[in-house]
Amino acid sequence: MRNKLKLSLAILVLAAGSSNAELVIDVQGVAQPTPVAIVPFGWQGSGVEMPLDVAAVITSDLRRSGRFEPIPESKMLQKPTSGADVDFKDWSFVGVEAVVVGSVVQTGENAYTLQFQLFDVFGRKQLVGYRMPTSRGTMREAAHRAADMIYEKLTGIKGVFGTKVAYITAAQQGQKRLYSLVVSDQDGENEHTIMESNDPIMSPAWSPDSRQLAYVSFEGNRSSIFVQTLRTGNRFKVSSKPGINGAPSFSPDGRKLVVTLGGTEGNLDIYTLDITSRQLQQLTTHRAIDTEGTWSPDGRYIYFTSDRAGGPQIYRIPATGGTPERITFEGSYNARPRLSPDGTRLAVVHNDRGNYRVAVMNLARKDILIVSGGQQDESPSFAPNSDILIYATRQGGNGVLETVSADGLIRQKMASGRGDVREPVWSPFPRF
Amino acid sequence: MSYLKLLTVGLTAAFLAGCSQPTIPDPEPSDTTYGDSGASTDAMGDGDLGAGEYIEDPSAGELGMVIYFDFDSSEVRPQDQDLVSRHALQLGENTRLRVRLEGHADERGSREYNIGLGERRSQAVRQLLMIQGVSASQISTVSFGEERPAAFGSSEMDYAQNRRVEIRYTN
Repeated sequence: MRNKLKLSLAILVLAAGSSNAELVIDVQGVAQPTPVAIVPFGWQGSGVEMPLDVAAVITSDLRRSGRFEPIPESKMLQKPTSGADVDFKDWSFVGVEAVVVGSVVQTGENAYTLQFQLFDVFGRKQLVGYRMPTSRGTMREAAHRAADMIYEKLTGIKGVFGTKVAYITAAQQGQKRLYSLVVSDQDGENEHTIMESNDPIMSPAWSPDSRQLAYVSFEGNRSSIFVQTLRTGNRFKVSSKPGINGAPSFSPDGRKLVVTLGGTEGNLDIYTLDITSRQLQQLTTHRAIDTEGTWSPDGRYIYFTSDRAGGPQIYRIPATGGTPERITFEGSYNARPRLSPDGTRLAVVHNDRGNYRVAVMNLARKDILIVSGGQQDESPSFAPNSDILIYATRQGGNGVLETVSADGLIRQKMASGRGDVREPVWSPFPRF
Repeated sequence: MSYLKLLTVGLTAAFLAGCSQPTIPDPEPSDTTYGDSGASTDAMGDGDLGAGEYIEDPSAGELGMVIYFDFDSSEVRPQDQDLVSRHALQLGENTRLRVRLEGHADERGSREYNIGLGERRSQAVRQLLMIQGVSASQISTVSFGEERPAAFGSSEMDYAQNRRVEIRYTN
């Protein structure tokens, strides 16, 4: 039986401990989320309150995953802040399966120690405990990392709460459109506009080390591909040939991009581009539209969209060149391939009886599962744990973002105050 | 004249603190703010004779500048052939004229594939101009796919307005 869980915007904003969340999440149900308790963290330091309500961030992360139902503070019979004070009988009575306790201790002007412990209520034992140094600027990141460790212990799946999302927004600015390339935490917090322009921006792509984004910009009424370093804001133009320069995507080693070039004659083909030497290798030569190339995680193949058989379908070609092989056969329209980082699944935009929806193909079984429910859904991108996808859909004429578990069961809408939001891309895991 | 406002903003160092993977170096470290592109100066004093500029053929304004396409098609429709021929005549008579063909698609389907569909349409118009004697060097093409819609709705009528090639004289 499926249990629909709806959360109001106000509750979520409070739970996230913030009033300016760019993206607000609305969870659409899962079968029986597990009840857990995240006890308010203890605080030792100057000032009445800790810089960030860490328990609220962890609560919000676990709730948004759709797999957990954190109980409200009012139902807690005790509020311990360290493991020694946890009374398993009380928690068993309340009916939670796991309890998280922790504290933040100030150790310097801008230095803190965040620690937490996760307990299995029935097994009466600690599952994980961790202590990390942090600062006011990194405390939210530390809280997400704690949530990731808790999530992985309880589900066996790596958490993605510490990851980022990049996306494009478009809004009216007087007589002009303003296009922005934005990077935020995966929960919509901590948003940064890293590039904006009155001409279209599209097709953002993360470098494998999360330090750079490639994208297409139409400044000067021509398309060019840029690679921008996030920390500095510096960017360089890697391709600006006559005609189309589009659809960049990084190789797994970060040294190359797969790109689409059209040339003067407008025949779109797939090329690889060495970022440092600018050396190009042409992979496809067909008269059809060949575009939207993406590397397989093992680096061996490039998957791409081609309409060489009529409508667009997904093909793959060895990354060093060779003969294209058709991958999708189900339906008249399959485009914009993206592989799960574990290499087992392929996400595409699929025409489902007149609706453009996100479909996930199991590459071993070859079957297709439609995981979105809109009419104009597009740009699916896997989270680095391969378990969740983010994509763009339409609501009231505007683009909004949704996430869905790869099995299609847990779907969340992320509302935005930013006008038209599109082309979300999930970052790789951060490296510590 | 379109002025380009463009700026880049660095992300906080916090996000990247602790990354150890070597990254691709910036071969051209650049300013964080980029200048206007496509801007030109307009001042005309009384004293000095400035460099001149070519005036756009006024008759070009009377010509239709947009060609519309059927769903999933890049064929110039019979009723638009004459319009393309008149542009071809104008470009043939004045070989100094330059034209940019901007292809567009409706919003359905994937964005980069739609860039391809828009390009197919601008190439169809380009071929038609060239068959009628226009030099390749007078023509450039660009495709905006679904990124610059003429109509923002999601009805068939909006889609029909968005499947188009806009002909722009660039000098």
